[in-house]
Amino acid sequence: MTPGSAIMPLCVAVPLGGAFLTALLGRQIPRLPDLLGALATLGALLLSVWSVHVVNVYGTVVYALGGWQPPIGIAMVLDGLTAFMLVTVNLIAFLVAVFSIDYMERFTDKWLFYTLFLLMVAGINGVVVTGDLFNLFVFLEVASVASYALVAFGTEKQELEAAFKYAVMGTVASLFVLLGIVLLYSHTSTLNMADMARELAHKGGGNVTLLVSVLFLMGFGLKAAVVPFHAWLPDAHPSAPAPISAMLSGVLIKALGVYALCRVFYNVIGITPEISSILMFLGVLSMIVGVFLAIGQWDLKRLLAYSSISQIGYVILGIGLGTPLGIAGGLFHLFNHSVFKSLLFLDSGAVEYSTGTRDLKKMGGLAKKMPVTGATTLVGAISIAGIPPFSGFWSKLIIIVAAVEAGRHWYAFWAVLASVVTLAYVMKVMRYAFMGTLNDTWRHVKEVPFFMKVSMVSLALLCVAGGLLLLPGLQETFLTLASGVLSEGTQYAAIVLSEVQ
Amino acid sequence: MALYLLCLVLFSVGVYGILARRNMIKIIIGVIVVEYAVNLFFILVAYKKDGRSPIFSPDADIPVQSMVDPLPQALVLTAIVIGLATTALMVAIAMRIYEKYGTFDIAEIRELRG
Amino acid sequence: MSKEREKGMSLIVKTITRLTVGLILLYGVYIVLHGHVSPGGGFAGGVIIALSFVHLMLAFGKEVAFRKLAEPVVSFFESLGATLFLSIALLGFWGGSFLLNFLPKGESFKLFSAGIIPLCNVAICLKVGAGLFAAFVALVLLKLDVEKE
Repeated sequence: MTPGSAIMPLCVAVPLGGAFLTALLGRQIPRLPDLLGALATLGALLLSVWSVHVVNVYGTVVYALGGWQPPIGIAMVLDGLTAFMLVTVNLIAFLVAVFSIDYMERFTDKWLFYTLFLLMVAGINGVVVTGDLFNLFVFLEVASVASYALVAFGTEKQELEAAFKYAVMGTVASLFVLLGIVLLYSHTSTLNMADMARELAHKGGGNVTLLVSVLFLMGFGLKAAVVPFHAWLPDAHPSAPAPISAMLSGVLIKALGVYALCRVFYNVIGITPEISSILMFLGVLSMIVGVFLAIGQWDLKRLLAYSSISQIGYVILGIGLGTPLGIAGGLFHLFNHSVFKSLLFLDSGAVEYSTGTRDLKKMGGLAKKMPVTGATTLVGAISIAGIPPFSGFWSKLIIIVAAVEAGRHWYAFWAVLASVVTLAYVMKVMRYAFMGTLNDTWRHVKEVPFFMKVSMVSLALLCVAGGLLLLPGLQETFLTLASGVLSEGTQYAAIVLSEVQ
Repeated sequence: MALYLLCLVLFSVGVYGILARRNMIKIIIGVIVVEYAVNLFFILVAYKKDGRSPIFSPDADIPVQSMVDPLPQALVLTAIVIGLATTALMVAIAMRIYEKYGTFDIAEIRELRG
Repeated sequence: MSKEREKGMSLIVKTITRLTVGLILLYGVYIVLHGHVSPGGGFAGGVIIALSFVHLMLAFGKEVAFRKLAEPVVSFFESLGATLFLSIALLGFWGGSFLLNFLPKGESFKLFSAGIIPLCNVAICLKVGAGLFAAFVALVLLKLDVEKE
């Protein structure tokens, strides 16, 4: 077995162990949940960074759980796309865990929060790492159920209503996914993704594959908040506590929704021109609907939630294009959006911590009293609007260029239009919340505590440095490796099965 | 074949319950019925004509080929546990909503708009 | 009237419960321990054990049930079961992989065989039993709180 292959089960076991220990001891020992939360996510982050190195040196690595060789046993596969997602997920998880040390002081039972949070991180890591389709469903449910409980954490009226809606819609989506898995199992009689890809290429698709594609599109599309299935997001993301909003918007919809869609449609079923067109159309629809609904909002977090819908539209457009440049652009935008959307949600949490309100009409001139928050929000806003040289500009440029190259000029036009309106609503946020005259009620407002500042500044620096990922040396090790996995499509099966002894 | 179609009819009944009912508890029951239908479908897929239950015995020597497929049975066990956890969470949220809003009717629980 | 309601059910139910609750618990333990030779295992046995405590609570009222099994103890057992399962899985790393079956396997159909599977069954039984009882307690106590208002 290659030396780095034990990373994969450890990436799941470390947050899981942290969660169980917090549940066991967290009530008695006062500062233990904070410490365990930060340490577990830091451990997962270090393992993820090491995994990028392992993939670059050894290529795709396969780990057989319990010594049972696939296709009989469950396999965990570490390839370029997995390493890319692991770094994205664990980086945001670590910074959010640090932010929560100060923010969650207002809530009772902080140890409950950290238990659920670490369970969610373990579930997301499991989804990203696994190579077996039913294992994907189990980890998907672990992460989803933890997130339903976290959205309802404050138990105020609005949070509970949002959590109920989210729970029912999310459960129905997971059941559609399970039905798809059942149909695929009955057709190919295996659950391992690589083996299934080989069998599907052998037997040909037919009606079963068509039905399964539609079911997966509905199920994973709801998890990713693609436009016909987005209705839960504008209620769930604002009502959750700010660090959870950052995790949901920045990580969960990408790892459970977009990553699972890519993995299933590119590597298992095989991408066809019809699926590609559908993905591109849904992407553009998400972009336009999200952006026009965002600009009319006066609630800060609801505006950011609609903005998430539109930015995920960009990612789906890039990935749906199918060309290597398009896929690279989509994945790069996924990473960038995680960073700046988490930053914006953490900033909104900081504003809510100090002033107690989310209504843009009541705020004003906060930049004088909260300079760090104001500066980091400005960095995040410029990145999301796509102004050079910050990271958002590069990823949107690659997606638009790829769309034009593939001959989809109309889609490129809508992408540019959505970008312009994005600039408009972030300027609205900056003007109403931070610029202008200081409202008298906020005379006594202070800057946020230390740990919250550390998280926000780190994310802002990552926004600035994100464009550096396109430099030739760094690009091959990180980005091209990930998009290469998707471009190979069903060759994934041959690569994984050749690694098995 | 008729059994599979009946399973899908059960699935549709559950989806109807989720869409058309206004009481939160009835919506949760709709979700439970959909889960039932998917688990049942899974077990039916694994059936083999004239198959035995997949349990070895120390006395007789039973050939493996005559057994039904045991893998979906293990998977359905996992799916049932997951369904239990989700149902418990949804019921707890529904009870808290009743405590705060005073009603189970979703038409009256509409504070979040826009 | 309400005092009688709080104290549990009628005399017939209480007598039968006193006789059968121990048997139900024993049956649950049997299913857990024989999980690797017959159908059942950790989850099914855990549910039966949880149901024996729920039976006690339904028949006698919650004070008696809590005297047998207090709330912090339930919470502790739940986390203990989960931690135990994760430790068994991580110990497999010594043998070579995560979740490896590293204990000697013995002969088929005996009680002490099949490596780590009986230990995993016990851990799962603790977690599921405690978890199910805790969920029931939480929902019942919530209902009583709501009814008081």
